[in-house]
Amino acid sequence: MKHLPVKNATAGACESRCSRRQFASIASAAAAGFLLTGCGSRRLREMPRERLRQALDEMEREYAAKRGVAVKVADTPPLPDVLFGYALDLSRCIGCRRCVYACVEENNQSRDPQLHWIRVLQMEKEKGVDFRHANPYYNPAKVPEEGHFYVPVACQQCRNPPCVKTCPTGATWMEPDGIVVIDYEWCIGCRCCMAACPYGARHFNWAEPGIPAAELNPATHYLGNRPRPKGVVEKCTFCIQRVRKGRYPACVEVCPVGARKFGNLLDKDSEIRYIIENKRVLVLKQELNTLPKFFYFYAT
Amino acid sequence: MTFARRFARFVRGSVRLVLQGNSVYWAWIALLVVLIGSGVAAYLEQFQTGLMLTSMRDPVSWGFYIGNFTFLVGVAAAAVVLVIPAYVYDWKPIREIVIIGELLAVSAIVMCMLFVMVDIGQPGRFWHMIPPWGHLNLPSSILAWDAVVLNAYLVVNFVVVTHILYRAFCRRHYEKRLVVPLVLLSIPMAVGIHTVTAFLYNGLAARPYWNSSILAPQFLASAFCAGPAILLVVLQLLRRFTRFEIQDQAIWKVAELMAYAMFLNLFLHGVEAFKEYYSDTEHLLYTQYWFQGLGAERTLVPYAWTAVTLNLLAFVLFILPAARRNPLTLNLGCLATYSGCYIEKGMGLIIPGFTPDTLGEIYRYAPSITELRVAAGVFAVGFLVFTLMLRVAVPISLGEFQDEVAPELPARAPAIA
Amino acid sequence: MTRFVLPGLLLVALGALALDEAPKGAPTPPPPRGAGAGEEHPEVPPPPFSEGIFPCSACHADLKPNRTRRVLTEMHDDISLRHDEQHRWCLDCHDATDRDWLHLASGERVPFEESYRLCGQCHGEKLRDWRAGVHGRRTGEWNGHKRYLLCAHCHNPHAPRFQALEPKPAPLPPGRPGSQP
Repeated sequence: MKHLPVKNATAGACESRCSRRQFASIASAAAAGFLLTGCGSRRLREMPRERLRQALDEMEREYAAKRGVAVKVADTPPLPDVLFGYALDLSRCIGCRRCVYACVEENNQSRDPQLHWIRVLQMEKEKGVDFRHANPYYNPAKVPEEGHFYVPVACQQCRNPPCVKTCPTGATWMEPDGIVVIDYEWCIGCRCCMAACPYGARHFNWAEPGIPAAELNPATHYLGNRPRPKGVVEKCTFCIQRVRKGRYPACVEVCPVGARKFGNLLDKDSEIRYIIENKRVLVLKQELNTLPKFFYFYAT
Repeated sequence: MTFARRFARFVRGSVRLVLQGNSVYWAWIALLVVLIGSGVAAYLEQFQTGLMLTSMRDPVSWGFYIGNFTFLVGVAAAAVVLVIPAYVYDWKPIREIVIIGELLAVSAIVMCMLFVMVDIGQPGRFWHMIPPWGHLNLPSSILAWDAVVLNAYLVVNFVVVTHILYRAFCRRHYEKRLVVPLVLLSIPMAVGIHTVTAFLYNGLAARPYWNSSILAPQFLASAFCAGPAILLVVLQLLRRFTRFEIQDQAIWKVAELMAYAMFLNLFLHGVEAFKEYYSDTEHLLYTQYWFQGLGAERTLVPYAWTAVTLNLLAFVLFILPAARRNPLTLNLGCLATYSGCYIEKGMGLIIPGFTPDTLGEIYRYAPSITELRVAAGVFAVGFLVFTLMLRVAVPISLGEFQDEVAPELPARAPAIA
Repeated sequence: MTRFVLPGLLLVALGALALDEAPKGAPTPPPPRGAGAGEEHPEVPPPPFSEGIFPCSACHADLKPNRTRRVLTEMHDDISLRHDEQHRWCLDCHDATDRDWLHLASGERVPFEESYRLCGQCHGEKLRDWRAGVHGRRTGEWNGHKRYLLCAHCHNPHAPRFQALEPKPAPLPPGRPGSQP
């Protein structure tokens, strides 16, 4: 019986022994593989641009259907020659927490259960920066309180991020512009990254996030502030939806005392480089070699 | 076709075996089924509402589930305490019973995987870890490595036990060329699974309590006490309830090995405590929270000293030959070992690692009812798997459960060992 | 043929000159900037005058300047000066001859829209930092147009020390299931 000519590489390798059956099994395996990987869900990081846009359009439709708000999910790519850096002036922060709540509103964090990306730690002037005796629950009538200073902490956007290292599925990574992001569709919620983060910067959705529709910010980015499901990790993304369009993060803009500064570390004329050059910057837990892009300094 | 028919006979015979038993057996099965039912119900609530139903929160983001997972990986690794004397030293008394250890390893790994499944926030996405559809972040993610080695260890042990038992059922000897290499491989694998699990904690620079080189050896030492403690109890039960013959020497030898392992466990804890207290850096905080409490926060202190006392008691009971040989002190020692290691590996490992947290917060963690119910359900699944496997394995080992059709090959005495 | 060479060369030269200029109607985009040397005269919102107080000349044009250092009683007594008041008083900053202006130590007059030059005389580092975009509340675009505020928008020039603020609510401590989260 004449064998059908088989046009593929495998056929070339075993021409005399190839049969219809082998071809059929190879073809069906390839088809299954295509179906499973091509059509099934993949890491958003690996999706080609057009498929990603389709997936995000699908997300927008789901948000509109479930929440009744016309949420837009942008896929703004990183700007070229940009590495974001942040600097916070410890001599200015008064612990007013306006950054905390501006972030909550801008980034669609859950109100109930409460989830904050920024934690402001009150510390004693006599002890200096000392996490053991830090207090995030201060609640006086007015701030700053006598004898205390304030250290807000959020994701330090490390250049050597321990969270990215430990993620078993590769659901978190550092983008070319330096922002460490999370794919909320890929995260399995194992919380290895939370154990690995030395700054307590990663937060888990222990329940379905509760955001009133009226307070939902519809201008979102797929790696940033789009509404998250329960059971995934989230954290500060330097307001990726804003900074990739040239705007400042929400915390920078709301700070009433101008303690927060932001810019492009690769631009020698940027504010952040000015601070590194002219003020003395330090990073938290420097001995852990995480190489944060979030600096603290004293402007006075 | 003969294979299919023989296998069908095996399945039918196994089913008949597990459905036979006295009232004690059925009471045990009933208890396990009830616990499993309760666990499933609790898990469904958790799946619906989210992990909010546990007591885990951002400061203490791993708790009872992962503590049990860690302990059970140790139990699985402890099969090696039987495998080495049996296969490396070819010591007959243990050679006869090594299969029990391998069955325990299989059951323990099943429980480990269930504990991970119930702990993750998006369990439907577990396939994200299975290539080619998923993506394993190798080589940098230790949890990815752990998934690989645990599954490999499960496969190796499962293949070995099922092959040996099925061949015995078929009245044939097991294939030495298959079994012996796999069994010898399982020895470094056992060390490997618990080392990789230790690395999961050890590698986290953010958690100074765990970021100590001693963690991996200490894990192994405590695993080699706790696992055999269960085994010794199971062996005595088998002796009591079945015709399975277990020599006293086997039991006493295992107990002796446990004494050495417990000594190593206590020694490693001791040297760690020395380093923390003597160097007196801020890293002492976590050990201090465990043994003394920090200010008003003293939740774990009773657990700490209970574990130390139980472990010391177990060491004394097992190091004295007379105490090893006395059934009362032997079982007291087993209970003390199991409880002491369980506390120290569970509450004593996970919670102090997270308390105080990275920004100095102290969150008082204690497992919630949901966590307790789900964990009990997972343990019940593991015990049920173990029970059902024993229910088939013991008769096979005794030659009572065999294929009625003789094998085509020249008959040899069916052998497990 | 050679008749055309010289005019031809002239034409080419003229053409090259013409092409050298920027094409009409297409302004060269400004280079993307960070702070750099900073802005010499940043665009700022209008100075935060009290209601109806400006132009000052509405009253002061008809009043004779009284250069005696004193505490004001008849007008502007609502201003409590707490800004180096041991050594300075109103006319050390406000121009005596035309109250619609401020003046520097040299006597040079500066408009209220450039009051930062006055503040910068004593607070030089702050002025440098402010120009660089590093002092003061930061809004606008990090790679484009930064929006500046005047010193006076945040610091009351007569009593510049920041008042304490009421803090936003403290975070809720993590709660056990069943209890309030």
